[in-house]
Amino acid sequence: MISRRTLLASAALPLVACAPREAPLRFWGMGREGEVVAELLGGFQRENPGIAVQVEQLPWTAAHEKLLTAFAGDATPDIAQLGNTWVAEMAALQALSPLDEQVATSHVVQETDYFSGIWKTNVVDGQLLGLPWYVDTRLLFYRRDLLAKAGYDHPPRGWAEWKDQLRALKRIGVPNPLILPNNEFEPLLALALQQDEPLLKDANTRGNFEGAGFQRALGFYLDLLKEGLAPVQSNQQIANVHQEFGRGTFAFYITGPWNIGEFKRRLPAELQGAWATAPLPGPTGPGASTAGGCSFAIFKRSHRKAEAFKLMEYLSRPEVQGQFYALTGDLPPRKSSWAWPALTSDPHARAFAKQLENVRPTPPVAEWERIANEMQTFAARAAAEGSSAAETAKALDEDVDRILAKRRWLHERGRA
Amino acid sequence: MIRREKLTQMAFVLPALIVIGLFFAVPVLLGLLLSLTDFDLYALVSLKNLRFVGLANYIDLVQQPIFWKALGNTAYFVVLGVPLSIGLSLGAAVLLQSPLAHLKPLMRTALFAPVVTTLVAVAVIWRYLFHTRYGLVNEALQSIGLNPIDWLGDPHWSMPTIILFAAWKNFGGNMIIFMAALQAVPTDLYEAARLDGAKTWAQFRHITLPALAPTTLMVGILTTAGYFQLFAEPYVMTQGGPLQSTVSVLYLMYEQGFRWWNLGAASAVAFLLFGLIVLVTRGLMKVANRGAA
Repeated sequence: MISRRTLLASAALPLVACAPREAPLRFWGMGREGEVVAELLGGFQRENPGIAVQVEQLPWTAAHEKLLTAFAGDATPDIAQLGNTWVAEMAALQALSPLDEQVATSHVVQETDYFSGIWKTNVVDGQLLGLPWYVDTRLLFYRRDLLAKAGYDHPPRGWAEWKDQLRALKRIGVPNPLILPNNEFEPLLALALQQDEPLLKDANTRGNFEGAGFQRALGFYLDLLKEGLAPVQSNQQIANVHQEFGRGTFAFYITGPWNIGEFKRRLPAELQGAWATAPLPGPTGPGASTAGGCSFAIFKRSHRKAEAFKLMEYLSRPEVQGQFYALTGDLPPRKSSWAWPALTSDPHARAFAKQLENVRPTPPVAEWERIANEMQTFAARAAAEGSSAAETAKALDEDVDRILAKRRWLHERGRA
Repeated sequence: MIRREKLTQMAFVLPALIVIGLFFAVPVLLGLLLSLTDFDLYALVSLKNLRFVGLANYIDLVQQPIFWKALGNTAYFVVLGVPLSIGLSLGAAVLLQSPLAHLKPLMRTALFAPVVTTLVAVAVIWRYLFHTRYGLVNEALQSIGLNPIDWLGDPHWSMPTIILFAAWKNFGGNMIIFMAALQAVPTDLYEAARLDGAKTWAQFRHITLPALAPTTLMVGILTTAGYFQLFAEPYVMTQGGPLQSTVSVLYLMYEQGFRWWNLGAASAVAFLLFGLIVLVTRGLMKVANRGAA
């Protein structure tokens, strides 16, 4: 998953860090992370003067296409930053080198220290193909003062209470208490991941949206819109989310970690005590959320896998991750990094630590990004046309089965 | 002697032919072949995963509601957008040509300016203008007592907004062509008409319009073919939304090909669109020829 902030395009800037004896290790970084990673490499260079690293920076908007083109053109880098929803896609291309052996003997990387939901996004067919670099999940940002005015001193603990709170907020004059932009799939996806049933079935070759779990999530989502607790709008119509949040046009917003910094910067000083973050409520208690973020991956065609892994290990050290957090605000995937004072002292980050213990990966199929978009399109249409969750789920399954037709064909031949 | 001349001719034409063949004919042919396969992400891994599927991409496409939706959206855009755009061009050209117009060079530049500005930059400004709550357009509506309209967020209004935007962005180009054509209309025709007592409107109907007929046909065909390829406006302003109300055929192709990497299906969309444009422009020619005969 890619945060909107990182979509800010930036020019590719090759950066040679050290005079190379042989061709330098090529690292592809994206957006802001690609800019910042060069600053982290000083320590690595001191420890490994023999390994030159060349950071090539890609804008997020072009990254996906670039990776595919590089694959087709035999020009993949040694190591790259990958959005963890892309790992499955790159795995389908058989472009990535498995990391299991290297991780098993590593002193730095320990699986148990990582949030397990995040770790799992990098495992495809039992093979570890990526190493989490930073994490991203969605949870609630809310106006504590408005909620108090509506008679609640705590964030919602489950769907039922959440709905009660939204109704109470509406009664005290908050026009649309919750924002669910109809062109963002993450909120609905998070609600769907809270269910016990998986989203795809038959070895991930068919949609399972008609399953009770997704229908429950979609039903809840559509109810919120139908009752007017959330407006049927796209995120482009809400011109400035921060301004509207400050004005109290809405009181709940499901969004990601980059907004901690944005809200601190953009909300006026008198409102700084008035907002807070909380884990996402689930159907009957605390709920799961999406497991997003970015990983490192080593490409199969690289001749320097050992050196590339060394770089990965270096960037995965808790103290380097702390440095990285200070530079970008990206949250670390290792539990031990969360002991870092900057994170423990930030009350807004604490909710993320809690949520990260409860995140679930999306199905590891190359078609996932498209399926998630289709899911949102169908949900938005259902909200506009007033069709039921059952009809919508049925139509969605038909559509998803069509998208997965090629995957089924390959699966029958043992190739996917 | 004649053979020598032929050879010389060929020598002059050949470079151009080779360039056209290499950069146009061959890619188009390959594209056609591509549209008969299911080339996708998996085929990138190994050509074993590539299947020749015949017309399956085309059949699949016409069975998908989104294709018809995209076609409908595009037709809506063309049917409303082309007359509006040409009407604006013609109106602006006639007004600029009028002896009553002042500051002609300035006005001409101002009206032509949208054509040469960057689409992305002006689209951002239009999004501000048409913002539901803070846009100038809605402010104007409210000041005369009308309800604000959710221009880009309401599926009923999004396409009209895109049409307005495209017409405003493009009318300057055709305006210049019309102005050139207007200058070629002999002034003695107008003088004769005035002597016969024809008023402005009669002059426009019986002299200007007939004199501009060939230009209008050409402008109409070019604009129609161009408007069928609607892409950048929805890509920048709405990303196909809300509720797919601004997904055009080309936008669909872009999504299939460059977002989801289904190059086979995307090529099929491209060829369907090509066929459609050929049909429509031929139809236009036929209608025009019948009118001329």
